[in-house]
Amino acid sequence: MTQPADLPAESSLDIAKLFEEHRRDLQRYAQQHLRDADLAEDAVQETFVAALRHPNFAGRSEVRTWLVAILKHKIVDIVRRRARIESVETSVPGAEEHEDLSELLFNPAGRWIEPPSDWGMPEQALQSKQLWAVFEECRRRMPQQQALVFSMREVMEMSTGEICEVLEITASNCHTTLYRARLRLQDCMNRNGFGGIRK
Amino acid sequence: MFSCREASQRMSRALDEPLTLIERVSLRAHLMMCDGCRNFSRRLTVLRTLARRSSETHPDGRQ
Repeated sequence: MTQPADLPAESSLDIAKLFEEHRRDLQRYAQQHLRDADLAEDAVQETFVAALRHPNFAGRSEVRTWLVAILKHKIVDIVRRRARIESVETSVPGAEEHEDLSELLFNPAGRWIEPPSDWGMPEQALQSKQLWAVFEECRRRMPQQQALVFSMREVMEMSTGEICEVLEITASNCHTTLYRARLRLQDCMNRNGFGGIRK
Repeated sequence: MFSCREASQRMSRALDEPLTLIERVSLRAHLMMCDGCRNFSRRLTVLRTLARRSSETHPDGRQ
Protein backbone atom coordinates (compact mmCIF):
# COMPACT_ATOMS: atom_id res chain seq x y z
CA MET A 1 0.00 0.00 0.00
CA THR A 2 1.33 3.43 -0.94
CA GLN A 3 1.25 5.84 1.95
CA PRO A 4 0.51 9.51 1.44
CA ALA A 5 3.23 10.16 4.04
CA ASP A 6 5.64 11.69 1.55
CA LEU A 7 3.34 14.63 1.03
CA PRO A 8 4.56 17.83 2.67
CA ALA A 9 2.55 18.95 5.70
CA GLU A 10 1.08 22.10 4.19
CA SER A 11 -0.24 20.26 1.16
CA SER A 12 -2.31 17.97 3.34
CA LEU A 13 -4.20 21.09 4.37
CA ASP A 14 -4.81 21.88 0.74
CA ILE A 15 -6.01 18.37 0.22
CA ALA A 16 -8.43 18.62 3.10
CA LYS A 17 -9.77 21.84 1.60
CA LEU A 18 -10.00 20.26 -1.81
CA PHE A 19 -11.94 17.30 -0.48
CA GLU A 20 -14.27 19.58 1.41
CA GLU A 21 -15.00 21.46 -1.80
CA HIS A 22 -15.98 18.30 -3.63
CA ARG A 23 -17.47 16.26 -0.83
CA ARG A 24 -21.06 17.44 -1.25
CA ASP A 25 -20.99 17.04 -5.02
CA LEU A 26 -19.62 13.54 -4.76
CA GLN A 27 -22.04 12.62 -2.02
CA ARG A 28 -24.92 13.81 -4.15
CA TYR A 29 -23.62 11.94 -7.19
CA ALA A 30 -23.23 8.73 -5.21
CA GLN A 31 -26.63 9.11 -3.65
CA GLN A 32 -28.30 9.43 -7.05
CA HIS A 33 -26.99 6.01 -7.91
CA LEU A 34 -27.12 4.24 -4.59
CA ARG A 35 -30.19 5.90 -3.04
CA ASP A 36 -28.79 5.36 0.38
CA ALA A 37 -27.04 8.08 2.33
CA ASP A 38 -24.81 5.70 4.30
CA LEU A 39 -23.68 3.76 1.26
CA ALA A 40 -23.09 7.02 -0.60
CA GLU A 41 -20.92 8.24 2.27
CA ASP A 42 -18.96 4.99 2.18
CA ALA A 43 -18.38 5.44 -1.53
CA VAL A 44 -17.15 9.01 -1.09
CA GLN A 45 -14.89 8.03 1.76
CA GLU A 46 -13.39 5.19 -0.22
CA THR A 47 -12.87 7.61 -3.07
CA PHE A 48 -10.89 9.98 -0.86
CA VAL A 49 -8.81 7.12 0.50
CA ALA A 50 -8.01 6.02 -3.05
CA ALA A 51 -7.23 9.61 -4.06
CA LEU A 52 -4.86 10.06 -1.13
CA ARG A 53 -2.94 6.99 -2.13
CA HIS A 54 -2.26 8.53 -5.47
CA PRO A 55 1.00 10.43 -5.05
CA ASN A 56 0.59 13.27 -7.53
CA PHE A 57 -3.11 13.87 -7.64
CA ALA A 58 -2.93 17.43 -6.28
CA GLY A 59 -1.28 18.50 -9.52
CA ARG A 60 -4.14 17.34 -11.63
CA SER A 61 -6.08 20.08 -13.30
CA GLU A 62 -9.37 18.26 -13.51
CA VAL A 63 -9.55 17.11 -9.92
CA ARG A 64 -13.31 16.81 -9.90
CA THR A 65 -13.41 14.73 -13.07
CA TRP A 66 -10.76 12.49 -11.65
CA LEU A 67 -12.53 12.10 -8.30
CA VAL A 68 -15.80 11.30 -10.09
CA ALA A 69 -13.99 8.65 -12.13
CA ILE A 70 -12.77 7.00 -8.93
CA LEU A 71 -16.17 7.38 -7.35
CA LYS A 72 -17.79 5.54 -10.27
CA HIS A 73 -15.61 2.53 -9.58
CA LYS A 74 -16.47 2.66 -5.90
CA ILE A 75 -20.19 2.85 -6.70
CA VAL A 76 -19.89 -0.11 -9.03
CA ASP A 77 -18.11 -2.08 -6.29
CA ILE A 78 -20.89 -1.29 -3.85
CA VAL A 79 -23.60 -2.08 -6.39
CA ARG A 80 -21.93 -5.37 -7.18
CA ARG A 81 -21.83 -6.34 -3.51
CA ARG A 82 -25.41 -5.27 -3.01
CA ALA A 83 -26.69 -7.00 -6.18
CA ARG A 84 -25.54 -10.34 -4.80
CA ILE A 85 -27.50 -9.84 -1.60
CA GLU A 86 -30.63 -8.49 -3.28
CA SER A 87 -30.94 -11.10 -5.99
CA VAL A 88 -31.54 -13.57 -3.19
CA GLU A 89 -33.89 -11.38 -1.19
CA THR A 90 -36.13 -9.67 -3.71
CA SER A 91 -37.21 -12.22 -6.25
CA VAL A 92 -40.90 -11.55 -5.60
CA PRO A 93 -43.00 -13.28 -8.26
CA GLY A 94 -45.16 -10.88 -10.27
CA ALA A 95 -43.21 -7.78 -9.22
CA GLU A 96 -41.76 -7.52 -12.72
CA GLU A 97 -45.10 -6.83 -14.40
CA HIS A 98 -45.65 -3.60 -12.49
CA GLU A 99 -42.36 -2.36 -13.75
CA ASP A 100 -43.41 -2.56 -17.38
CA LEU A 101 -45.51 0.34 -18.56
CA SER A 102 -45.80 -0.83 -22.14
CA GLU A 103 -49.13 -2.56 -21.50
CA LEU A 104 -50.56 0.84 -20.63
CA LEU A 105 -48.95 2.80 -23.43
CA PHE A 106 -49.65 0.48 -26.37
CA ASN A 107 -52.85 -1.16 -27.53
CA PRO A 108 -52.92 -4.92 -28.19
CA ALA A 109 -51.91 -4.29 -31.82
CA GLY A 110 -48.80 -2.52 -30.54
CA ARG A 111 -49.82 1.02 -31.53
CA TRP A 112 -49.37 4.01 -29.23
CA ILE A 113 -52.60 4.64 -27.33
CA GLU A 114 -51.53 8.26 -27.05
CA PRO A 115 -48.77 8.94 -29.58
CA PRO A 116 -45.89 10.92 -28.06
CA SER A 117 -45.89 14.62 -28.82
CA ASP A 118 -42.82 16.59 -29.76
CA TRP A 119 -41.08 17.97 -26.67
CA GLY A 120 -38.49 19.93 -28.51
CA MET A 121 -35.69 21.09 -26.26
CA PRO A 122 -34.25 24.52 -26.67
CA GLU A 123 -30.98 25.03 -24.83
CA GLN A 124 -32.54 27.47 -22.36
CA ALA A 125 -34.93 24.74 -21.16
CA LEU A 126 -31.86 23.07 -19.65
CA GLN A 127 -31.41 26.10 -17.39
CA SER A 128 -34.89 25.59 -15.97
CA LYS A 129 -34.89 24.55 -12.31
CA GLN A 130 -38.30 23.06 -12.77
CA LEU A 131 -37.13 20.80 -15.57
CA TRP A 132 -34.35 19.41 -13.40
CA ALA A 133 -36.71 19.02 -10.47
CA VAL A 134 -39.12 16.99 -12.62
CA PHE A 135 -36.30 14.91 -14.03
CA GLU A 136 -34.89 14.12 -10.57
CA GLU A 137 -38.34 13.36 -9.17
CA CYS A 138 -39.12 11.01 -12.06
CA ARG A 139 -35.82 9.24 -11.53
CA ARG A 140 -36.65 8.82 -7.87
CA ARG A 141 -39.99 7.26 -8.73
CA MET A 142 -38.49 4.61 -10.97
CA PRO A 143 -38.26 1.04 -9.71
CA GLN A 144 -34.85 0.56 -8.11
CA GLN A 145 -33.36 -1.80 -10.69
CA GLN A 146 -34.50 0.37 -13.59
CA ALA A 147 -33.11 3.50 -11.99
CA LEU A 148 -29.81 1.81 -11.32
CA VAL A 149 -29.36 0.35 -14.80
CA PHE A 150 -30.43 3.65 -16.35
CA SER A 151 -27.93 5.67 -14.36
CA MET A 152 -25.13 3.19 -14.96
CA ARG A 153 -25.78 3.45 -18.68
CA GLU A 154 -26.65 7.12 -19.10
CA VAL A 155 -24.90 8.90 -16.25
CA MET A 156 -21.87 6.72 -15.67
CA GLU A 157 -21.79 5.91 -19.38
CA MET A 158 -20.99 2.25 -18.89
CA SER A 159 -21.56 -0.10 -21.82
CA THR A 160 -24.37 -2.63 -21.57
CA GLY A 161 -21.68 -5.31 -21.54
CA GLU A 162 -20.12 -3.80 -18.41
CA ILE A 163 -23.52 -3.42 -16.77
CA CYS A 164 -24.41 -7.07 -17.45
CA GLU A 165 -21.13 -8.12 -15.92
CA VAL A 166 -21.49 -6.02 -12.78
CA LEU A 167 -25.12 -6.93 -12.14
CA GLU A 168 -24.77 -10.49 -13.40
CA ILE A 169 -27.74 -10.18 -15.76
CA THR A 170 -28.15 -11.21 -19.39
CA ALA A 171 -27.81 -8.76 -22.28
CA SER A 172 -31.48 -9.13 -23.16
CA ASN A 173 -32.47 -8.47 -19.54
CA CYS A 174 -30.30 -5.37 -19.62
CA HIS A 175 -31.91 -4.04 -22.84
CA THR A 176 -35.39 -4.76 -21.51
CA THR A 177 -34.64 -2.96 -18.25
CA LEU A 178 -33.24 0.06 -20.09
CA TYR A 179 -36.26 0.12 -22.38
CA ARG A 180 -38.67 0.02 -19.46
CA ALA A 181 -36.69 2.69 -17.66
CA ARG A 182 -36.75 5.03 -20.65
CA LEU A 183 -40.40 4.38 -21.38
CA ARG A 184 -41.29 5.14 -17.79
CA LEU A 185 -39.08 8.18 -17.49
CA GLN A 186 -40.39 9.87 -20.62
CA ASP A 187 -43.94 9.07 -19.59
CA CYS A 188 -43.39 10.52 -16.12
CA MET A 189 -41.80 13.68 -17.50
CA ASN A 190 -44.59 14.08 -19.98
CA ARG A 191 -47.25 13.77 -17.29
CA ASN A 192 -45.47 16.28 -15.18
CA GLY A 193 -45.68 19.00 -17.75
CA PHE A 194 -42.41 18.74 -19.56
CA GLY A 195 -43.99 20.59 -22.48
CA GLY A 196 -45.05 23.39 -20.14
CA ILE A 197 -41.52 23.83 -18.84
CA ARG A 198 -40.26 25.07 -22.17
CA LYS A 199 -39.98 28.82 -22.16
CA MET B 1 -44.30 -4.03 -40.95
CA PHE B 2 -43.63 -3.92 -37.26
CA SER B 3 -45.55 -2.18 -34.52
CA CYS B 4 -44.80 1.05 -32.65
CA ARG B 5 -44.11 -1.06 -29.61
CA GLU B 6 -41.41 -3.01 -31.41
CA ALA B 7 -40.11 0.17 -33.01
CA SER B 8 -39.79 1.82 -29.59
CA GLN B 9 -37.89 -1.18 -28.23
CA ARG B 10 -35.57 -1.05 -31.17
CA MET B 11 -34.99 2.70 -30.77
CA SER B 12 -34.05 2.13 -27.17
CA ARG B 13 -31.67 -0.69 -28.06
CA ALA B 14 -30.09 1.46 -30.76
CA LEU B 15 -28.82 3.74 -27.97
CA ASP B 16 -26.89 0.85 -26.47
CA GLU B 17 -25.60 -1.23 -29.35
CA PRO B 18 -25.36 -0.96 -33.14
CA LEU B 19 -28.37 -2.28 -35.03
CA THR B 20 -27.97 -4.53 -38.04
CA LEU B 21 -28.51 -3.02 -41.47
CA ILE B 22 -31.90 -4.66 -41.82
CA GLU B 23 -32.96 -3.47 -38.37
CA ARG B 24 -31.90 0.08 -39.21
CA VAL B 25 -33.62 0.16 -42.58
CA SER B 26 -36.93 -1.19 -41.33
CA LEU B 27 -36.83 1.16 -38.35
CA ARG B 28 -36.18 4.13 -40.61
CA ALA B 29 -39.10 3.11 -42.82
CA HIS B 30 -41.36 2.95 -39.77
CA LEU B 31 -40.19 6.35 -38.53
CA MET B 32 -40.90 7.93 -41.89
CA MET B 33 -44.52 6.96 -41.49
CA CYS B 34 -45.04 7.43 -37.78
CA ASP B 35 -44.99 10.84 -36.04
CA GLY B 36 -45.45 9.31 -32.59
CA CYS B 37 -42.37 7.13 -32.92
CA ARG B 38 -40.34 9.99 -34.35
CA ASN B 39 -41.23 12.06 -31.32
CA PHE B 40 -40.43 9.15 -29.03
CA SER B 41 -37.03 8.89 -30.65
CA ARG B 42 -36.39 12.58 -29.91
CA ARG B 43 -37.53 12.12 -26.35
CA LEU B 44 -34.98 9.36 -25.89
CA THR B 45 -32.29 11.77 -27.02
CA VAL B 46 -33.56 14.37 -24.55
CA LEU B 47 -33.41 11.84 -21.70
CA ARG B 48 -29.84 10.99 -22.60
CA THR B 49 -28.85 14.65 -22.69
CA LEU B 50 -30.48 15.29 -19.32
CA ALA B 51 -28.90 12.24 -17.70
CA ARG B 52 -25.43 13.11 -18.94
CA ARG B 53 -25.70 16.72 -17.84
CA SER B 54 -27.11 15.75 -14.47
CA SER B 55 -23.71 14.54 -13.35
CA GLU B 56 -22.12 17.86 -14.28
CA THR B 57 -24.82 20.30 -13.35
CA HIS B 58 -26.88 20.35 -10.22
CA PRO B 59 -30.63 20.19 -10.46
CA ASP B 60 -30.74 23.76 -9.17
CA GLY B 61 -28.60 24.91 -12.07
CA ARG B 62 -25.45 25.50 -10.02
CA GLN B 63 -22.26 24.25 -11.65
